[in-house]
Amino acid sequence: MTTETERKVTIITGNQAIAEAMRQINPDVAAVYPITPQTDVAERLSTFVADGLLDTVYVPVESEHSAMSACVGAAAAGARAVTATSSQGLAYMQEVLYIASGLRLPIVMANVNRALSAPINIHCDHSDSMGARDSGWIQLYSENAQEAYDNVLQAVRIAEHPDVSLPVMVNMDGFIISHGSEVVELLDDKVVREFVGEYQPAFSLLDVDHPVTIGPFDGLHGHFFEHKKAQIEAMDRARKVILDIGREFASLSGRSYGFFEEYRLADAEVAVVVLNSAAGTGKIVVDELREQGLPVGLLKLRVFRPFPSAELADALRKLKAVGVLERAVSPGLEGGPVFAELRSALFDIGISPKVVSFIYGLGGREFRPEHAKEAFSSLLSTGKIGHASNLVNYLGLRRR
Amino acid sequence: MRLKEFSVEEWEGLSHNGDRFTPGHRLCAGCGASIVVQQVLLGTDKPVVACCPTGCLQVSSTLYPFTSWNVPYIHSGFVNAASTISGVEAAYRALSARGKINREIKFVVFAGDGGTYDIGFQALSGALERGHDMVYVCYDNQAYMNTGIQRSSATPAGAWTTTTAIGTQSSGKREYEKDICLCVAAHRIPYVAQASPSHPKDLITKAQKAFNTKGPAYLNILSPCPPGWRYDDTGQGIKLAQLAVETGYWPLYEVEDGIWRLTYKPDSKRPATDWLKPQGRFSHLFREENQSVLAAFQQEVDKRWEELLARCAGAI
Repeated sequence: MTTETERKVTIITGNQAIAEAMRQINPDVAAVYPITPQTDVAERLSTFVADGLLDTVYVPVESEHSAMSACVGAAAAGARAVTATSSQGLAYMQEVLYIASGLRLPIVMANVNRALSAPINIHCDHSDSMGARDSGWIQLYSENAQEAYDNVLQAVRIAEHPDVSLPVMVNMDGFIISHGSEVVELLDDKVVREFVGEYQPAFSLLDVDHPVTIGPFDGLHGHFFEHKKAQIEAMDRARKVILDIGREFASLSGRSYGFFEEYRLADAEVAVVVLNSAAGTGKIVVDELREQGLPVGLLKLRVFRPFPSAELADALRKLKAVGVLERAVSPGLEGGPVFAELRSALFDIGISPKVVSFIYGLGGREFRPEHAKEAFSSLLSTGKIGHASNLVNYLGLRRR
Repeated sequence: MRLKEFSVEEWEGLSHNGDRFTPGHRLCAGCGASIVVQQVLLGTDKPVVACCPTGCLQVSSTLYPFTSWNVPYIHSGFVNAASTISGVEAAYRALSARGKINREIKFVVFAGDGGTYDIGFQALSGALERGHDMVYVCYDNQAYMNTGIQRSSATPAGAWTTTTAIGTQSSGKREYEKDICLCVAAHRIPYVAQASPSHPKDLITKAQKAFNTKGPAYLNILSPCPPGWRYDDTGQGIKLAQLAVETGYWPLYEVEDGIWRLTYKPDSKRPATDWLKPQGRFSHLFREENQSVLAAFQQEVDKRWEELLARCAGAI
């Protein structure tokens, strides 16, 4: 246990929180390409290096594709490698995301969520990270700067755990969190260093006396299928590791982390499921409606990959109606990706709540308390009558 | 100007490095790539880490669960050999500075022309500009051979490929190849050279210089391809590489700290047709209606040759 004096309470932005976490981790290599709204993470890391606060080798690559490729090379060479990106940058590195996870390289990346073009838009939604949901990366989501900071620190341990050995993406809402200042409690540098420890790679390209071939051609009579199955199993093993490391982190910080956070859910009849910053707005509305005697609650999903199906089903089974609030769409699919996966998770438990999709906030459209109220009002009605008038709803969409 | 080749003793002096890329790979009989790899790796006694983008050499030398690489090796994707090796080299600097590694290691990329001239060009440019300490080798077989002979920006004008088909409206590729060495030299890196496996002493000497260069070095090496160039005698490849040099189509030169130097000058430049004729990919050029294409090809070879001579004379 650390004492209170070892913690430092600051007022910083989400981007600063991520940069601070990376400074404390002091990775061997950081390969970063700037993109709005992640840019000042890249700038801050450069400043830390310039000021001697970080002896990381900073690789100022010419693109996000090269950022992830350099992380792949560095991690394969036994280095602890980090990067950060947003939106188009994440989309641009897409093919390398699969290579990073397929090669089982424990890279840590902060993704500052931003909408994907077109039309070009620099503001928050989750279409970037949802587009990478099948890439084999563990995905953590953060409500605020504090959680982004905490998640980046834990990501290192989760990624490098021998049972896992997979890359981890920490998501945080662009501008809303990345550029908003808030109170963040930082751990002492020494505490972080002890928590993350030294990276002990199983293989390294730099171990020239024991040459390994990394990334061979497995396309003819190889073991591609078995390799993918091994990756799936590692993702499954990550479930326990994420919980264990969450508990360990709680003992250092006093802040506990699991797959999700339940907010006034135990005695709720209807609830919303949200990711990232909308949880803050959602909780305020839950409190307000509770004061009016309405049985509402909230579940904030932290871990999207691996998807905690059984735990979610268990947490939500007693509800009458659940609204999945999403800042991403999959055109042609009813509702967003979390909606589809959550309904699937609830399918097998028999009596299941009505699940309704609410799409909100695309391209940074503001998510206001009245939007959350609109969702709860609709859910309360759905809970009462037992069916939803619309399976997919849009909050805050202009009617021309 | 004559080119001195290695004596038997000199070859023997180099041959202890020969087990770095081992037999058993699935490259075609007569493929230039494995010869290029062997000759380049003879250029250093230091431990090396190799990187390939997706391509013939990569798929043929690492057919899981086998590997021909007796040195640490990584393949990531098609686009990103230069950025992948950037990360490896950055890790080396980081771990050396932190005292976790304490020996000299060299970093080398072996990429085809697709992974260099075309899809990997941006990553290459970025890595060169950032100054990573690496040797980037392009084994240039002048088309996308791995996917079955499609044009690249390294394909010579007039060549047949499966995407520069010959027909009533087409006599093969219309465009002349990209001058990749000029592009690379424009990055002002310390060492750039063009070489051919037909001239191993020249090639290995350039490889030695490249490995001894602090910072990025680039080697552009012609790599004969029996199926892609369409010649039946697989033993003919080195002869074709030699003809490419003797005709002035593939001059041997180097650019050291910005100074251009011809490392071999044929006594008299043979006509380009001597190089074109034995290759099936150019056979249509020898039909009556394509005489103008042949003439234009020769003009382009002459123009580039004269320009190179001017660069080497310091006139450009």
